[in-house]
Amino acid sequence: MPSVALREPWQDLGHQRNSAVLGMWLFLGTEILFFGGIFAGYSVYRFLHTADFLAAGRETNIYYGSVNTLVLLVSSFVMSLGSRAARAGLFRFARLCFPVTAVLGMVFLTLKGFEYNDDLEKHLFPGASGFPLPEAGAGLFWAFYWVATVVHTIHLTVGIGAVFRLQILSRDDPQWLNDSPSAEVTSLYWHFVDCIWVFLYALIYLPGRS
Amino acid sequence: MSDITAGAYEYSRTPSIGAVDNYLTHGRTLRSWLVTTDHKRIGILYALSITVFFFIGAIAMAIVRLDLITPAPDLVSDDTYNKLFTLHGIVMVWFFLIPSIPATFGNFMLPLMIGAKDVAFPRLNLTSWYLFVIGALFTIGCIVAGGVDTGWTFYTPYSSQYSHGFVIPAAAGVFITGFSSILTGLNFITTIHSLRTPGMHWFRLPLFVWAMYTTSAVMILATPVLAMTLLLMSAERFFGIPIFDPARGGDPLLFQHLFWFYSHPAVYIMILPAMGVVSEIFTCYARRRIFGYSFMVYCMVGIAVVGFFVWGHHMFVAGQSPFANLVFSFMSFVVAVPSAIKVFNWTATLYRGQITFESPFLYCLGFLWLFTFGGLTGLVLATVPLDVHLTDTYFVVAHFHYIMVGGSVSAFFAALHYWWPKITGRMYDEAWARFAAILMFFGFNLTFFPQFIMGYAGMPRRYHAYAPEFQIFHVLSTAGAAVLGAAYALPALYLLWSLRRGERAGPNPWCATGLEWQTESPPPRDNFRTPPVVVAAPYQYHSETHGPDYQHRDIERAQGTV
Repeated sequence: MPSVALREPWQDLGHQRNSAVLGMWLFLGTEILFFGGIFAGYSVYRFLHTADFLAAGRETNIYYGSVNTLVLLVSSFVMSLGSRAARAGLFRFARLCFPVTAVLGMVFLTLKGFEYNDDLEKHLFPGASGFPLPEAGAGLFWAFYWVATVVHTIHLTVGIGAVFRLQILSRDDPQWLNDSPSAEVTSLYWHFVDCIWVFLYALIYLPGRS
Repeated sequence: MSDITAGAYEYSRTPSIGAVDNYLTHGRTLRSWLVTTDHKRIGILYALSITVFFFIGAIAMAIVRLDLITPAPDLVSDDTYNKLFTLHGIVMVWFFLIPSIPATFGNFMLPLMIGAKDVAFPRLNLTSWYLFVIGALFTIGCIVAGGVDTGWTFYTPYSSQYSHGFVIPAAAGVFITGFSSILTGLNFITTIHSLRTPGMHWFRLPLFVWAMYTTSAVMILATPVLAMTLLLMSAERFFGIPIFDPARGGDPLLFQHLFWFYSHPAVYIMILPAMGVVSEIFTCYARRRIFGYSFMVYCMVGIAVVGFFVWGHHMFVAGQSPFANLVFSFMSFVVAVPSAIKVFNWTATLYRGQITFESPFLYCLGFLWLFTFGGLTGLVLATVPLDVHLTDTYFVVAHFHYIMVGGSVSAFFAALHYWWPKITGRMYDEAWARFAAILMFFGFNLTFFPQFIMGYAGMPRRYHAYAPEFQIFHVLSTAGAAVLGAAYALPALYLLWSLRRGERAGPNPWCATGLEWQTESPPPRDNFRTPPVVVAAPYQYHSETHGPDYQHRDIERAQGTV
């Protein structure tokens, strides 16, 4: 009996897996260009307002940023273990890794929420009145901070949903984890969201702190 | 005529049941269409949707052209005028031209042409259509609520701070539709990599498939930048955060860079599929192999790649550095080279062909003229000193309409007529179709050629009122638009007529060689009753030793036989 994971128009699971992985890589290519708009704008403005960006960078909370970076890196490691375990047939271990990954993602979101709250208490939202930093470039820095981190947060939320999807769909039929490309594709997406954060960490929290 | 194609493909058809069961009869309820994952049906869903938008965009411009008959702004208010040309631009670019050939004929034909059962991700394919519809609803909502007046380019700071129109809903519509084209591109690339039938090597792919491949690459890499650009613009407008606002340290030129990083390659999203269509049709009606197949492929790849590095030619007078102007000007000349090679290769394909002037061929001839003319005027605009004179005039308007309407829309109609028998199983009335093709060519030139002249004389684009000496050109242009409108409406009539009354087409009415012609018309749900096997390169319209040039007297003379 053919696996339930096999979908039209594919004839075999390996072919389907390779194509799904190719599709995800293409999607990540799109995503890189999507975030590329933010990185390009940030770079231009940092070049135009270097001192202002360093001053604005010092206002970020590096503790939140650093802990969150650690959380995401560990989550990527666990996700990797999960997707490898799914391929190796270690379904119980894989189904342990996925919830841990998702919970780490939610820890990130929670910490990010606290950080946003602190930022707003310090009026670090450049569109509203009372923005404390006088430099022109500081407003730009914080505008990019908000756009970039919110877009990243949305991506991470989608990722958490995708990881839970693996858990739900494999509940009755763990073999599905092996047959379907879902675990590998989800893992790719998760690592991408993690990578974007590593760049954002360097661009947001480190300026002005060396 | 068809016997020379025999042997190119080994394919056997199961008779009898074929006539009854096809993709159109596979399910007859509305629901069966709305939840279909059949690439052919999704192509038709797209075709119907973009036809609606084509007429919305056309009506907006009809009102503008009527208003422009007189120098005084008398038919609509200034505000309405701005909203009408904005609506025309947004609708025609993102809701007609970008999806036009790829999402309709690409969706329908691509799997057939490579011998596949469907695209790689059929459900994702349906998702892209729904994303298109959601984006379309935003745009229609924006029109109904009162429209937007920024021009299709959404330039800041006007769009982000001053405009009173519904900028964010319009941008949201474009943003969402953008993801529809990204997902289509992703699907096509994966399909071409994974689902080619045995024997269909990369250099046996029909050029239309290569066109879809390169177009998809541009869609995947350019569209997300537009999405982010519109997101940043909308964030500035909605939250009041500084991003492009020069008063708060921002740079409006950055918006233009990001915008054109998408919007110039978008021109290649429109023209590459057209080039693919023309290559299919010229070979078929000239009974000739394509001249220089591999160069045609390299040229499309070259256009797709170099096309990413020319965007700055939209900003020669926007305050870009002279060095950047020079580089972008040079790159714009470079991208003309592969385009010119393609034009020469099409011409060489026709040389000594056994040409019959069926309607698809006439549309393609129109394409060849108009694309060449549009391309050459593009070189005029890529020259910095000339562009300083011509920028933001009707010369620019005429130039890009020659490419996008004269080129892409002609090719769209060519594709429509060429593949209509395959899609519907019916033949349309050839005399009417030829008449429409010829009418479109003359209507188009009457509309847009005067715009070159008045643009050169100094008529600025987007102006509601103008100096009286330009009136004659505007009157000619409006008259041409009426002819063009008739030429667009005619096919709707005779094609609909053909659905009921047209002759049965049979599998291959044009004696063409592509795999899509080796199955029934309309094709069955799974495209091929037996998976086809490819044993030769495409366009086997004559054997090596029986081509028209082989029998040509020059060659015989060279061989000493005359």
